Amino acid sequence: MQTALVTERDPGGALRLKAVGRWDIANAAKIDAELMAVHAAAGAAVRVDLSGLEWLDVAGAWLVHRTIKNLEAEGVLIELVGVSDAHAGLLRQVAENDKEPAPVAASDSGIAGFVIAVGAWTVRGLQQIGDFVAFEGLVVRTLVGAVLRPRQLRVTSLVYHMRAVGFDALPIVGLISFLIGVVLAYQGASQLRAFGATIFVVNLISLSVLRELGVLLTAIVVAGRSGSAFAAQIGSMKLREEIDAMRTLGIDPIEALVLPRTLALILTMPLLAFFSDAMGLLGGGIMSWLTLDITPQIFIQRLANTYIWHFLVGIIKAPVFGTIIGLIGCFEGLQVDGSAESVGQRTTRSVVEAIFLVIVVDAMFSIFFNVVHV
Amino acid sequence: MSETAARGRDVVIRVRGLRNQFGREVVHDNLDLDVYRGEVLGIVGGSGTGKSVLLRSILGLIRPVSGRIEVFGQDIARLDTEGMRAMECRWGVLFQDGALFSSLTVAQNIQAPLREHLRLAQPLMDDIARLKLSMVGLDQSAGDKYPAQLSGGMRKRAGLARALAMDPEILFLDEPTAGLDPIAAAAFDELIKQLRGAFSLTVVMVTHDLDSLHAICDRIAVLAERRVLVEGTMERMLGETHPWVHHYFHGPRARAARELAPPPAGAGSAQVAPN
Repeated sequence: MQTALVTERDPGGALRLKAVGRWDIANAAKIDAELMAVHAAAGAAVRVDLSGLEWLDVAGAWLVHRTIKNLEAEGVLIELVGVSDAHAGLLRQVAENDKEPAPVAASDSGIAGFVIAVGAWTVRGLQQIGDFVAFEGLVVRTLVGAVLRPRQLRVTSLVYHMRAVGFDALPIVGLISFLIGVVLAYQGASQLRAFGATIFVVNLISLSVLRELGVLLTAIVVAGRSGSAFAAQIGSMKLREEIDAMRTLGIDPIEALVLPRTLALILTMPLLAFFSDAMGLLGGGIMSWLTLDITPQIFIQRLANTYIWHFLVGIIKAPVFGTIIGLIGCFEGLQVDGSAESVGQRTTRSVVEAIFLVIVVDAMFSIFFNVVHV
Repeated sequence: MSETAARGRDVVIRVRGLRNQFGREVVHDNLDLDVYRGEVLGIVGGSGTGKSVLLRSILGLIRPVSGRIEVFGQDIARLDTEGMRAMECRWGVLFQDGALFSSLTVAQNIQAPLREHLRLAQPLMDDIARLKLSMVGLDQSAGDKYPAQLSGGMRKRAGLARALAMDPEILFLDEPTAGLDPIAAAAFDELIKQLRGAFSLTVVMVTHDLDSLHAICDRIAVLAERRVLVEGTMERMLGETHPWVHHYFHGPRARAARELAPPPAGAGSAQVAPN
């Protein structure tokens, strides 16, 4: 039997609605549209006939119920016929559960809404900054405690994380630095050639790689690799109440989770930065040899004359960047609450904030080193 | 109902010779199971006997090593994407902790399957979400909340509302009363009973809750020794001599549950009118 809504007119002019076939959720869209069209045509009295129904489910029963309810609200007289016992039960069930929707919370719109949103955003931002500062304080206190009582330091965890964030990052850090060295040499050479000063490409490479690029690239890779991993790991643990479990067992999450991760970054970042410097210089050196005929001997000779502080400035920044990345990753992880979506948000934020802060601090370092003339 | 009466009835799920194996560990071997239309079947068994694995095999989430699983007479393993989609419209599943999508509100969760399978007008979908919320006993205000804002019991109810969204013929429940307090668990049992009556549902539930087994299950299948060891009514279980089954249904907790249980429902319980 074709599923449909058949509309007929009685000789008396009254509308007759006949439900035919399977009124279930699969056909609900079609029936819904047909019923919508009926409303306009309804007269003073409508007769609803369900005797042709093969199958009725909740969605179908709702459509019947809704139609009758709406028509009655318009003052139309309804006569319901041909209802089987099973269908009557379903209709009653639907009628009982037809509750008013929850009132929509009044939301401020326009200028007031905008001001409220900006205010809430500002307060939230300030709160976050406050929380982060408090978190830093907590970490420093725990660190001091760990230094005073070295047995509190979780060496196994520290070594594991040093491997994960340091050693395992060597290939990607090395590759990126090497390629940047190559690019610098290639781009620098074409500019310097115009002045006949190609030999200064060595200075260009050594200055930029050692002072800035080596450590900055390392920080960006580590923020993407490890900062995000920290946030996701700790965030998932938070979701599964592991952090709460630790607290109840007397294990301090800062000491057990945050300290090993952050310390691992502080210790390995200088090493990674050194490796990055070496690979950057190697890439630059090879490119200089290939395109500018600067032999390795000359390259190394000129490199040896490089101001040692270029190198030191880069390495000094490394542990600071490591601290920033580690703290932000762990902080964002601990901020996770509620849903899986929150883990994603916090992970993204950890990377964006870490890279942003690294660059801000790098700028501050530049000013500082400029003032102290190194 | 008696065993002979059950034999003559419409089989909606038929499992034959099922074998599931993970690595070297055999979970099921030569497992047979029938589920009849309109009944509530309780699946019990000790930890690690593969209750959830059986459920997931029937749902097609796990591909068994061998054996045949038919739902509505169709072999699950041989269904193509289209067939599987059609099948998914005919069953609803409530996972242990609700498994609600955490990025959607409860109302959006209920509408998710509707959106996926049908093209309904938004007002109609809102109406359906409203109905289902009310049917599972949730307040309308719960619709706008996110799963993380709900208590465990409410999450289960919301999960049930989503499982019922497509008006399924079979409802699968994985430990529906686990983690609920006794009052909430009893209310949940009552709810399942009512919904079964109203929608002429077939219900397959994995449960450890002896109260649930007494209160709503028509038949019980006990998983042990990698297969369905015994199946039948509660009376049959109580008369069973297998040590584990005996221990399960005659332990201290079982005794308490039996005393509280209502007299066994008649064969016509599928037609019970709500309230």
